[in-house]
Amino acid sequence: MLTKRIIPCLDVKDGRVVKGVSFVNLRDAGDPVEIAKAYDRDGADELCFLDITASHENRKTILDVVTRTAEQVFMPLTVGGGVGTLEDIRTLLTAGADKVSINTAAVEQPDFVKTAAERFGTQCIVVAIDAKRRVIGVKRRANDAKRRVTGATRRLNSAKRRQAPAAGWEVFTHGGRRSAGLDAVEWARKMEGYGAGEILLTSMDQDGTLNGYDLDLTAAVSEAVSVPVIASGGAGTLEHLYEGFTHGGADAVLVASLFHYRTHTIPEAKAYLRKRGIAVRLGGE
Amino acid sequence: MIAIIDYGMGNLRSVQKAFEAAGHQAAVTRERHVLNDASHLVLPGVGAFADCMANLEQYGLIEPIRGAIARGKPFLGICLGLQLLFTESEEFGLHKGLNLVPGRVKRFPWGLAGTDPIRRGSVPVRPFDGLRVVPSGIEGRTGQAPAEAEPVPRLKVPHMGWNALTITREAPPLRGVETGAHFYFVHSYYVEPSDPSVACTMTEYGIPFVSSIWRDNVFACQFHPEKSQSVGLRIIRNFGAWR
Repeated sequence: MLTKRIIPCLDVKDGRVVKGVSFVNLRDAGDPVEIAKAYDRDGADELCFLDITASHENRKTILDVVTRTAEQVFMPLTVGGGVGTLEDIRTLLTAGADKVSINTAAVEQPDFVKTAAERFGTQCIVVAIDAKRRVIGVKRRANDAKRRVTGATRRLNSAKRRQAPAAGWEVFTHGGRRSAGLDAVEWARKMEGYGAGEILLTSMDQDGTLNGYDLDLTAAVSEAVSVPVIASGGAGTLEHLYEGFTHGGADAVLVASLFHYRTHTIPEAKAYLRKRGIAVRLGGE
Repeated sequence: MIAIIDYGMGNLRSVQKAFEAAGHQAAVTRERHVLNDASHLVLPGVGAFADCMANLEQYGLIEPIRGAIARGKPFLGICLGLQLLFTESEEFGLHKGLNLVPGRVKRFPWGLAGTDPIRRGSVPVRPFDGLRVVPSGIEGRTGQAPAEAEPVPRLKVPHMGWNALTITREAPPLRGVETGAHFYFVHSYYVEPSDPSVACTMTEYGIPFVSSIWRDNVFACQFHPEKSQSVGLRIIRNFGAWR
């Protein structure tokens, strides 16, 4: 049976990991390659680097990171952040990335996704979608605020919301600052048609909250497309990963803080998921 | 030395690095004399079937591949490199392959039901049952489907991620790999050999499909050993030591 994937994601700026990572026994805890190797040993199913380098001159630092990682780590590697031209994709793939993730460039120029998929194959084109819940009326806002309280409340509200008329989700670009005026579910479907081999779906509402994935969003997109969907944004407990796979219907989950700060390890997460009936690959299998 | 056939597509460097990590020297090349002198040939592959065949033709690589296989040189096909060995592929119309292994390359049928019992609620779903899928346990419990039936999960295409092998024949490159070992897959098409006995591993994705074949000096796999961590490197190492 195809197993569900757990994908640690590292934010890389100027060739260094920006969010603190508290692995012990690393020679250099800011070196993405060292961390990639640690996650490899832990049995991560894939790895994702998000390049948040701001200055153009430093953009090639990610290529060096990718090259060094691919020499030592033999698992699929996705690289995202600032991918906007065919040349960007070619250089990343040549350096050793297996997939690239396209976000803002897809919104600004949807045909770019089509051309990229034709040139490099759909299997290496991931379209990243940053989505925000559309808020309609005070009652919903109150519900949204309550969601932060407990998992039980959130699930209750989530069930209520499912009964309420769907307000949907809006696509955002530029790190969540700019609305693209697109419906996230429709956009995902369109990108699948343009050749996206996978959708990396981030909830801007949940990202950084550690309150769990936006399960309604994940389920809506996962049901709308036939390509794999990676849930992202909000994982704070192992149960959140479970919910992402079950209620969200995700094929993979992207995880940052939960693993970076060693709240849990990947083997712990996988043992937990397997106990709850999720097909996962354990180390040495 | 091992030659990785460069037909201008795909991430050949990662295959080369995997051989190096496994302790074998490997060169990425399309030079005919290097291919002729090589002890082993590797045909990796990502991209579209027809484009890849066109490139092999354009670079004059088809004869060297046929010749090496005929002379008994160990040959490894990976992913598209497996599919290209077959007679024809249904990918974007019908296209001719190398026809070294009789059979066809087919797309995973749309809407295959998953065997995953947990997705969208907890209704267990029976494996593939024709094209109709019956949630098991429901009839026995109430005699009728519940009022709010959970949507039946549909398998995603491409088949992407880690899946298990069932070994049916012990091909030399599989030495030390056990049934149940997981490998990384990413593909929308699978091979259907006319002679099923060329299969050496099977994998399940809605339907059982042939995930690798072995015939004489040819071993070819649908999964990516170069992306499958230590168990993948084992196959790479075994292949490099295959005589």
